[in-house]
Amino acid sequence: MRTIQLKYMALAVVVALLGISGCKPKNAASAVDAGAAAKAYVAPGKYDEFYNFVSGGFSGQMSVYGLPSGRLLRVIPVFSVDPEKGWGYSEETKPMLNTSHGFVPWDDLHHTELSQTNGEIDGRWIFANGNNTPRIARVDLGTFRTNEIIEIPNSAGNHSSPFITENTEYVVAGTRFSVPPDNVNGDVPINTYKKNFKGTISFVSVDKTSGNMKIAFQLLCPGVNFDLSHAGKGPSHDWFFFSCYNSEQANTLLEVNASQKDKDFILAVNWKKAEEYLAQGKAKKQTVKYAHNVYDEKTHSATSTIETEVQVLDVKDFPDIAYFIPCPKSPHGCDVDPTGEYIVGSGKLAALIPVFSYTKLQAAIAAKDFIGNFGGIPVVKYESALYGEVKKPGLGPLHTEFDGKGNAYTSFFVSSEIVKWNIKDLKVLDRAPTYYSIGHLCIPGGDSRKPNAKYVIAYNKITKDRYLPTGPELAQSAQLFDISGDKMQLILDFPTIGEPHYAQAVSADLIKTKSVKIFKIEDNANPYVSKGEGQTKVVRTGNRVDVNMTAIRSHLAPDNIEGIRMGDEVYFHVTNLEQDWDVPHGFAIKGSINSELLVMPGETTTLKWIPDRVGMFPMYCTDFCSALHQEMSGYVRVSPAGSNTPLLFSTGKNLPKADSTVTK
Amino acid sequence: MKKLIFIGTIGLFIAACGGGAGNSNKEGSESSENKEQTEKAENGNPSYDPKRGEGKFTTVDISEHLDAAKADAGNKVFDVKCSACHKLTAEKLVGPGWLGVTTRHEPVWIMNFVTNTDEMITKDPAAQAQLEICMVRMPNQSLSDEDARSLLEFMRRNDGVK
Repeated sequence: MRTIQLKYMALAVVVALLGISGCKPKNAASAVDAGAAAKAYVAPGKYDEFYNFVSGGFSGQMSVYGLPSGRLLRVIPVFSVDPEKGWGYSEETKPMLNTSHGFVPWDDLHHTELSQTNGEIDGRWIFANGNNTPRIARVDLGTFRTNEIIEIPNSAGNHSSPFITENTEYVVAGTRFSVPPDNVNGDVPINTYKKNFKGTISFVSVDKTSGNMKIAFQLLCPGVNFDLSHAGKGPSHDWFFFSCYNSEQANTLLEVNASQKDKDFILAVNWKKAEEYLAQGKAKKQTVKYAHNVYDEKTHSATSTIETEVQVLDVKDFPDIAYFIPCPKSPHGCDVDPTGEYIVGSGKLAALIPVFSYTKLQAAIAAKDFIGNFGGIPVVKYESALYGEVKKPGLGPLHTEFDGKGNAYTSFFVSSEIVKWNIKDLKVLDRAPTYYSIGHLCIPGGDSRKPNAKYVIAYNKITKDRYLPTGPELAQSAQLFDISGDKMQLILDFPTIGEPHYAQAVSADLIKTKSVKIFKIEDNANPYVSKGEGQTKVVRTGNRVDVNMTAIRSHLAPDNIEGIRMGDEVYFHVTNLEQDWDVPHGFAIKGSINSELLVMPGETTTLKWIPDRVGMFPMYCTDFCSALHQEMSGYVRVSPAGSNTPLLFSTGKNLPKADSTVTK
Repeated sequence: MKKLIFIGTIGLFIAACGGGAGNSNKEGSESSENKEQTEKAENGNPSYDPKRGEGKFTTVDISEHLDAAKADAGNKVFDVKCSACHKLTAEKLVGPGWLGVTTRHEPVWIMNFVTNTDEMITKDPAAQAQLEICMVRMPNQSLSDEDARSLLEFMRRNDGVK
C-alpha cells in the first residue's frame, strides 16, 4: 500500500503522515488512503458521473449532489416553503402545500425513491415522503420540480414510504404512529391504544404516462409502528414487505416499553391479492378528507383538490392478503436483494442480521406453518421463513443496499460502520468505519434489480469534528466510499442540508440529456401571461389590481405604476420573456411580507402584495441578469384610500414635464 | 424548410473544413474582401466570413417581392420575443432600432445572428461593435428556423420591401 502513495504528490504524503500518526480509528483524518483525492476529483467544467438525490430530513426538501465530487447541484423545494425560489409564496405554488389541515409550510422528508420500469431505474420521477403531516410527493426529473403532492388519510407519521413496486404501479405509505381512524371519534384516552388505535398501509397508484397519483386502497392493520418497506422483485413481484416495531402496542415511554419483546415483525403483503378483492368490490368506502395537489407545467400553476373517499380493506377479514414474519429486536430496515429471493430485516437492537427466503416463506404459508396470529393476521414461524442469520456482523443494523454481485452492505448505527457481507454464505467480507454513527446508506440502484455498484455513500447522524466548527449547529456529514474493489475505500466527506435519511443515486446519463432548459413562451397557458410587452397591462377590479408584466434583460414592463391605493390587493404576474437557458429574472418589492419571485425563462409567476402605507415602493430584479441589471427596476406609487390618482402604467414614457427639468 | 436545413448542414461542413474555396464567383469575391476585415478582427480567424456570420445558414432563399404571409408571421414573433428591446424605427431602445437592418446586413447574417446569437456576439466584429454601444448581450430567444425566416421577412417589410 505505502509504495503506491509515492505516486501522489504532496497531498497524499500529508494524508499518509496523518494516517500514520493517528493510529486510533476515530480520528477525524484517519482511514483515508492514498489516491482518495484523485478518485473524488472532478475537474472544473467537467460533469459528475452520478446524480445523488438526498432526502433533506427536517429541512423538508430534497438536495441533489454530483458524485463523486460531492458538489451540491440543487435543492429542490418539496414540503417546505423556500423564499429563494418563491415556493409556497407565489400564488401559483401556494396550493402545493395545502392539506386537510390547511396550508402547512414545513415537513420532514425522510426517503427518496426513483421510479422504475422492470425493476430498473427509468429516470422519470423521484418520490419523497412527508413524515409529519403524511404525504407523498412526486418530483419531475425533467424540471427538477415538485409536480404533485398527495396527503394520506387515516395515518400519522408516514415513514415506510415512498417505496415503489417494480413498474412503479404503486408507491406505498405506512403509518408510523398508529392512531384512531379518521372516521371515528379520536377523542379517547391515550392508554386505549390496543383497543382504538390502528395502523394503515396505503397503496397509491401511479399513472404510467402522467405520473399522477391516486390512493387505490388502504389496508387496515392492527396498531403498531410501521417503519420501513421494500417491494418484492422478480419472483416476489406481487409482494411488499413492511417492517414494524412496537408490537407491544405501548403508548408511552416507547424507548423501554416498545423494546420488551424479543421479536417484532415484518409484514408480508400480497398486493396482487388485495387488488383482486378490490376488483370484487370487497373494500369498504370510507369518508375521509385529504388534499391532492397537482402542478401543471403549461399554466405554471398548481391546484389543490380536497378528496373525500378511500377504499379500505380490513386485513383481518382477508386472511390471505398479509402475513407477519417474526423479526428480532425492533426491526428498522426491510430490504429485498436484486434477485427478489432474500429479504433482509435489520433489528435496531440486534447483534445479528436475519435473512428471510421468499421461497421458504411461500412454502410456510402454503403449509400453514403458523405460530398464531397478531390482530387477526397469521404469524409465520420464524425458522420456517428464515434463510439464515449473519452472525456478529456489528451492533445496531439499520439498512442494507446491494451491489448486484451477491453482496450486501449494511449500515450499523451503534458500532458506526458499514459491513459488507455475502448473501449466500452470510459471511462478513469487509467493514469500514463511518464518522460518525451512520443511518442510511446508498449504492446507485442499490435497491433495484440492477445496482451500479461503483460507490456506497454513508449518511451519518453525527458530525462532531469532521469539519471546521460552526457553533453548536453542524451540517450533517455524508461519506463516499469506492466499492469497485474487494475492500471499501473512503474517498470523500461532504456536508449535507437538513438531515439526510435515505438517498438514491443514478447514472447521470439517464437524466442529464432530458433536463428542461426553458419553458417555451408560446406554450405558456397561465391566465395572466404577457406574451410580449404589447400585452402588459394593469387592471383594477374593485380593490384587486392585476399587473400583467414582463421581464427581459434588463427592464420590467411596466416599470412606472401609479394609482394604487391603500386597501388594494396587488397581484404582480411576472412573465419572463427570455428564451435562453439559465436566464431567470427575480422580482421583489419593498416592504412585501411575501418572498421574492424567481421566474424561469418563459414562465409566469405571481406575487401578491398588500401595500401597508402611502408612499413610493421600488421594485427590482433580484437575479443578476446583465451588465444593466442594476437598472432593472421601477416604482409603484401608493396613494391614500379613495384618492383620485389615475391608474397609469408605462415603461420609458413617463418622462418629466419639460419645464420641470429646466433650471435657470 | 428541408431544403434550407440541408443547405445549412453543408455550410457547417464547409466551415468545419476551414474555408469556402471553390464556391461561386460571388462568394469568392467576398472572401477576398473579407481578408482585410478579418485581419482586423480580434479573433483573427481567417476563415470567418463577416458577411455570412457564424451559424447554420449559408444562403437564404429571398425573392424580390415580399411574402406578406411570412411577414405577418414574423410580426407575431416580433411582438412576443423582440419588441421588448427593439423599436421598428432607427431609435435604440435596449438594442438597436430595426429600421434599415436589412440594408446593413446580408439576409444570411441576420438569419445566423438571430439563431446563433451567443456565438455571433462573441465572434462577429459588427455584433461586437453593437455590444459596445448597447452593453447588453442579446439573449438567444430560441427561434426556430421558420421563426427566423419569418422575422427576416418582417424586417424586409419594415424596410419598405413590397
